[in-house]
Amino acid sequence: MDQFTINLAFVGASFALYIGIAIWARAGSTSEFYAAGRGVHPVTNGMATAADWMSAASFISMAGLIAFTGYDNSTFLMGWTGGYVLLALLLAPYLRKFGKFTVSEFIGDRFYSPTARIVAVICLIVASTTYVIGQMTGVGVAFGRFLEVSNTTGLLIGACVVFAYAVFGGMKGVTYTQVAQYCVLIMAYTIPAIFISLQLTGNPIPALGLFGDHAASGEPLLAKLDAIVRELGFNEYTAHHSDTFNMVLFTLSLMIGTAGLPHVIMRFFTVPRVADARWSAGWALVFIALLYLTAPAVGAMARLNITEMMWPNGGIDGGAVTVQQIENDPQYDWMATWQKTGLLAWEDKNGDGAIQYYNDKNADLQAVAEANGWVGNELTKFNRDILVLANPEIANLPGWVIGLVAAGGLAAALSTAAGLLLAISSAVSHDLIKGSINPQISEKGELLSARIAMAVAIAVATYLGLNPPGFAAQTVALAFGLAAASIFPALMMGIFTKVNNKGAVAGMLAGLIVTLVYIFLHKGWLFIPGTNSFTDADPLLGTVKSTSFGAIGAIVNFAVAFIVSKSSEAIPAEIEELVESVRIPRGAGAAQDH
Amino acid sequence: MADQTTHAAHTAKADKGYWAANVRIILVSLVIWAVVSFGFGILLRPALSGIRVGGSDLGFWFAQQGSILVFLGLIFFYAFRMNKLDREFGVEEE
Repeated sequence: MDQFTINLAFVGASFALYIGIAIWARAGSTSEFYAAGRGVHPVTNGMATAADWMSAASFISMAGLIAFTGYDNSTFLMGWTGGYVLLALLLAPYLRKFGKFTVSEFIGDRFYSPTARIVAVICLIVASTTYVIGQMTGVGVAFGRFLEVSNTTGLLIGACVVFAYAVFGGMKGVTYTQVAQYCVLIMAYTIPAIFISLQLTGNPIPALGLFGDHAASGEPLLAKLDAIVRELGFNEYTAHHSDTFNMVLFTLSLMIGTAGLPHVIMRFFTVPRVADARWSAGWALVFIALLYLTAPAVGAMARLNITEMMWPNGGIDGGAVTVQQIENDPQYDWMATWQKTGLLAWEDKNGDGAIQYYNDKNADLQAVAEANGWVGNELTKFNRDILVLANPEIANLPGWVIGLVAAGGLAAALSTAAGLLLAISSAVSHDLIKGSINPQISEKGELLSARIAMAVAIAVATYLGLNPPGFAAQTVALAFGLAAASIFPALMMGIFTKVNNKGAVAGMLAGLIVTLVYIFLHKGWLFIPGTNSFTDADPLLGTVKSTSFGAIGAIVNFAVAFIVSKSSEAIPAEIEELVESVRIPRGAGAAQDH
Repeated sequence: MADQTTHAAHTAKADKGYWAANVRIILVSLVIWAVVSFGFGILLRPALSGIRVGGSDLGFWFAQQGSILVFLGLIFFYAFRMNKLDREFGVEEE
């Protein structure tokens, strides 16, 4: 069987499984559609949260970003796990006690204002849609590869699949489907990593192999990697190169954003009790950590493998890989396959029949290049988002592992896209239409408007996904910045302070607007290429990149809310009682619908 | 009637004590959260560079793996501690 058929078989079988589960657990009523009837065990819920959470950004994109940057991109690892501490300590138990279905319902009730609820809905839609754009980028890469078509065609096919898939069921279908998706994606991520770790270090646990010794040379793996990339003029893998202030802000944005994303928070409405909400966050992180502890090993080992493939005879002195070798040696087949997607490219610029991969911006290497007659880096394009999917082929692993990884990447992108679309559709139909515009809408009408909202969101995300503002994980990081600046501060102030309605509305609007403007100034208005005034290489404010601005947006949100709240009237007595009751687990009944 | 009023006042006082204890636990946990990630992982990394861990240093390990393990410990500690606190103050769910 050729690789194409194997990939198709793995992807097809996993899809049949998800759709089967979705039909089996089809949502009947609105309450089931949103919150699965609250009968979900904390461990099951943790696993579903992990699948929901780990998207194309974590699965497809993150290890590639770490591989080509090294230590400086540890920010993704800390940022996307540290947010769970904030969720577990500051939000989950209280929101469960409050006992409604959506995040904006809490904001609307706590700040006793339909305006606050509508503003929250707008914040959720902006952050979630940006997030879906990142997912579509990942979906495009995955479908492009396994159907062996261009990235654009892959993206369009992927969009249709995501839509059909998300429309199928609500949260109930999604919860059990996501448990299955978690199992597929974690196997797909760890199995190749185990193989590669065994090949390189002899240690079957990739997380330990990363800090172990490189079997072929006997040196520590990381020291070996540092030496190899240094020789080619790249930054040392383990060294700190980027701006420290920006690193701290970026990590903080990702953490706060995690605790402000509706599709994650919604998960904690679906556990039976307040105590379970606390455990649930822990279980979610256990399942997430299995991937996140493996990711840095995947990144480092892939970087080592790729670099050694480009210089197969022991560094620069042994000579670069020849064009003939790339075309004929089966070990290099992955390069031809990925070339078809347009995401990998090489060019023999100096016509010497070999492909020299080095950092042509580095002065020392320019001298080396001149001496050897090189005229620039010849591995001209290596899209970071292909690394994880190409990794098993690069390491020459068996065909079934490659098929499994294709299925896993799609599971990650689909499960998150479905969760986000659900959050968007419930924000529109439940909060906006039923909550404000037309409270008399029938259940059927509500479900219909939910599905129309999904279709619109996916069309917008696909259109923007064709020209994404960055690699999948970077686009997703922008979504986190937006959530961090708008939703998290409002939720936290709602529980821990007595800020009033005016303060909350002003704070959310200020946080959202400054962050959105800062992002658009750097990434283009509505992400349209060419309309930006600044770039992240030379940002408007000091060293603060647009992906890191969310933390500043959050501070603006808090500050504006406190100032406005202090200069207007205190909250009414019944809201004071609501705040007191949210803080105490006693008396948390089943959730109430309006 | 008078009995009920004292009872309500008593509960309100206990609830305040419960909340204060909760906020203390949260603050301590968040200090640890910040020290392992922003501290050991980024800002204090140069100070820890003398401690070698498998081809790199302790700060690198905290940035790539250590902080995640500490986060896990913190969440489970908090869930355990709070569920106990709920019972101590009699505010657990029926």
